[in-house]
Amino acid sequence: MSVVRASASEPTPTTDTPRDAGGAAALTVSPSGLVLEARQSAAALLPQLRAGEPLAQVVPWLAPAHDAACGRAEAPGPVCDVVDGRAVDARPVRHGDGSITWWLIDVTVVRSLRDELRLEQARASFLAEASAALLGSLNVLRCIEISADLAASRLADAALVIAPETRGRCQVASAVTGTRTARTVLRRIDTEQLPGLAEALQGFPPVPSRWIDPALAPAWLAPDGFGEIGSVVVTPLPGHGVPAGALVLLRRAGSGPFSEGEETTAREFATRAGLAMSAARMFADQASITDTLMRELLPPTLQHLHGVEFAGGYRPSQDHERVGGDFYDVHPAVEGSGGTLAVLGDVCGKGLEAAVFTGKIRSALQALLPLAEDHPRLLRLLNDALITDAHARFVTMVLASVTRRGADIRLRLTCAGHPPPLIIRADGRVEEAATHGTLIGALPSIESTTFTTALAPGETCLLYTDGITEAQGGPLGRDMFGEDRLRRVAAECAGMPAEAVVERVQMVAAQWAGRNSHDDMAVMAVTAPHTHHLAAVDGRGPGRFTA
Amino acid sequence: MSTHSDRTTRYADRLWEAVLRRAQHTAAEVVADALRDGLDAESVLLEVIGAVQARVGREWAANRLSVAQEHAATAINDRVIGIVAPTGAAPVEGGGPGRVTVACVDGEWHAFPARLLAEVLRLRGFDVDYLGAQVPSPHLITHLHRTGPDAVALSSSLAVRLPTAHATISACQAAGVPVIVGGAAFGADGRYARLLGADAWAPDARSAADTLASGLPTPEHPNSQPLDDLPHLADQEFTLVSRKAPALAASVVHRLAERLPEVGDYDDAQRERTAEDVRHIVDFLGVALYTGDPGIFTDFLDWTASILAARSVPARVLAPALDLLGEQLRDFPRAAALVRSASAGRSTPGPSAAGDPPSPAADPPRDRTGEPA
Repeated sequence: MSVVRASASEPTPTTDTPRDAGGAAALTVSPSGLVLEARQSAAALLPQLRAGEPLAQVVPWLAPAHDAACGRAEAPGPVCDVVDGRAVDARPVRHGDGSITWWLIDVTVVRSLRDELRLEQARASFLAEASAALLGSLNVLRCIEISADLAASRLADAALVIAPETRGRCQVASAVTGTRTARTVLRRIDTEQLPGLAEALQGFPPVPSRWIDPALAPAWLAPDGFGEIGSVVVTPLPGHGVPAGALVLLRRAGSGPFSEGEETTAREFATRAGLAMSAARMFADQASITDTLMRELLPPTLQHLHGVEFAGGYRPSQDHERVGGDFYDVHPAVEGSGGTLAVLGDVCGKGLEAAVFTGKIRSALQALLPLAEDHPRLLRLLNDALITDAHARFVTMVLASVTRRGADIRLRLTCAGHPPPLIIRADGRVEEAATHGTLIGALPSIESTTFTTALAPGETCLLYTDGITEAQGGPLGRDMFGEDRLRRVAAECAGMPAEAVVERVQMVAAQWAGRNSHDDMAVMAVTAPHTHHLAAVDGRGPGRFTA
Repeated sequence: MSTHSDRTTRYADRLWEAVLRRAQHTAAEVVADALRDGLDAESVLLEVIGAVQARVGREWAANRLSVAQEHAATAINDRVIGIVAPTGAAPVEGGGPGRVTVACVDGEWHAFPARLLAEVLRLRGFDVDYLGAQVPSPHLITHLHRTGPDAVALSSSLAVRLPTAHATISACQAAGVPVIVGGAAFGADGRYARLLGADAWAPDARSAADTLASGLPTPEHPNSQPLDDLPHLADQEFTLVSRKAPALAASVVHRLAERLPEVGDYDDAQRERTAEDVRHIVDFLGVALYTGDPGIFTDFLDWTASILAARSVPARVLAPALDLLGEQLRDFPRAAALVRSASAGRSTPGPSAAGDPPSPAADPPRDRTGEPA
């Protein structure tokens, strides 16, 4: 057996097979601590070993374990130690005469493999945990905070995640190991103060993660009460086209620098954090564009106007959408409009494209408002405009001109290819408005008749789209909601405030449809208030969807 | 000298009179008076307006309010909240207790408790996004990604929404946002909140605000699947029974008419209400399968019997409907066992005759569509 002696002064060879390949070595020691016998390979592992010498002199690390083993009745247990840089397992076997044979096994390689495996497992589980946590959120700030928390939990004593500058300020999340969740603050920082930070925040040119002399670290880098910084490493967060920011890891003085393996883990973590943050940033940009474009298409929040209650409710056919082909508006009276003009309509088709078209119709109606006194004329003008537009779709609608006459409300209603509104009388009778007309945008000329009525206090005019009446479902899953059922629901709504009528109709229809697919559903109620108008509070309806 | 609770009760009584008469103006004056009298805004919200709303529910359950009265009262009550709500008090940038999104589970129309919580949180300086009733999950999650709140407060009053609530809770947690839940759906002791893995539960608005003020940690298991919380779902009985619910209900209704001659003579409206009742039985059976808690099913049957009794409708169809339903569920051992044991408990005249209706405080009233008032 060859002997390769490792000592403290020499670097430990990492691949040193001979002594391991030799398997176990053994020495037998008397109860008084004299080495009785040593196998050659044991001498190779323990070069000072001589038979006849006291164990305490030749193998001092084993002596206490031997003495302890001899002093006890029960079977002695194994002992481990590191001898000259090698990990040695000593396993005792007691003999009848009280002597003990210590089997010595070199476990250096086994141990280092086991340690490596443990490290690798920890690293993989950390990265998996990080990925799962980061994938979940599309919120930029949350991604920044999660990244800082994760980095502080495993990679360093403290971690900062710095997002790219916007308007001269950077979002900075800092987390200290073992403390509560990171919070992001907006701060003005001089990126030049920290070498590598400016490049990392610009996302270009690509820079490797780099070590910074702690003496160069700007004061703001250390979290409050962190103490002296021992080592700093700045790692760019790759953003794939968009700059994602930088990860700064800090260790306290005395806690040792980052090992190569730790740096690799930090880099791999940075890749994941950067991806998550750039995805979140792209989502935020897109969502903000969508919001801006969508604002004009969302159904308005209706208010009480000139002593008349108006309330509206809308449910698009698709849960994930907020707009669709149904629309409603209430335009306050202007010169020539013949009172407040309420409109509810339905564009052929659904989804975003239909919604964009409702936007056109709503703008056109707004422009035609000074002519709204004459419903048929207004509809004709709208029809003329649509018929010449090659991209136009059909639209059906109801116009309602509303004027207050004392406690009563005068109502002029005109349908254009739309289900006629229902009038809910105070006593629970439900009348259908006798108005009908041609739908808009299909034929060169159209006709319509107008119905005039008055609402006494507590009475409601209910405008709705066919998404309500055509909803399929019910308790047995296969019936159409239908006009009769709507009239029964309307009858129960006699005397209710406008928003309660809308909510009731929406609720019953939505529950009827259940999980079935349905068309866009829109409802509007125009109600003559009971007595006093509640001017002191806003008239927004209860619990309507406002996001 | 009158105590705090004397005073709140006095204003609650006055507000009750006003909403009953649909006198919005008077209702607004009562609330304004209460504030002028020195009652703090939170007490006015919870012990005056909230108390009146709870009374609306109780009176409806006892059939002393019509649907129209109940809706009108709720609408007026909802409007007067606006008087108490803080106006123009912008939340403190960065320094406030945090940002919270308040929403009702999809399908939940009973928004009043959520609105009260939103206002209480605003009073306490939270930055609140109130999304209102029946918020579809995609909207809620998009909103969370957009605004990154510290927590979501989710409200649901009816146990039948628990599966939806579970999906919503998991989705919020997956977005990294902790969820506090509240409302009668989660049980008087919050047992279903724990079952469904919510990060916190609160019995009322005040304790919800306290819990939120102390801060919720980020979700511990952001990527849990329904099966992690509810391993019994592996038998797929919930999935199959809920998918077949309309067909199961239809078959029970059809055979009820064969079994009970009086059902055969029902008019359309009566037949439809019977169909609704049967469908609710099937839906609540589904939730009992989902949660693995038979109590949900038997509580619902007790409650239905009491509501029918209050309306002088004989609860005679309940027992045969359960029998017929049990016959349809032969392939589903867990469901069949649930129905059998529930049915065994009511073979003699139901609790409608035996009296002992469920405590009104614990049971929010629902109208015929199964909705809370």
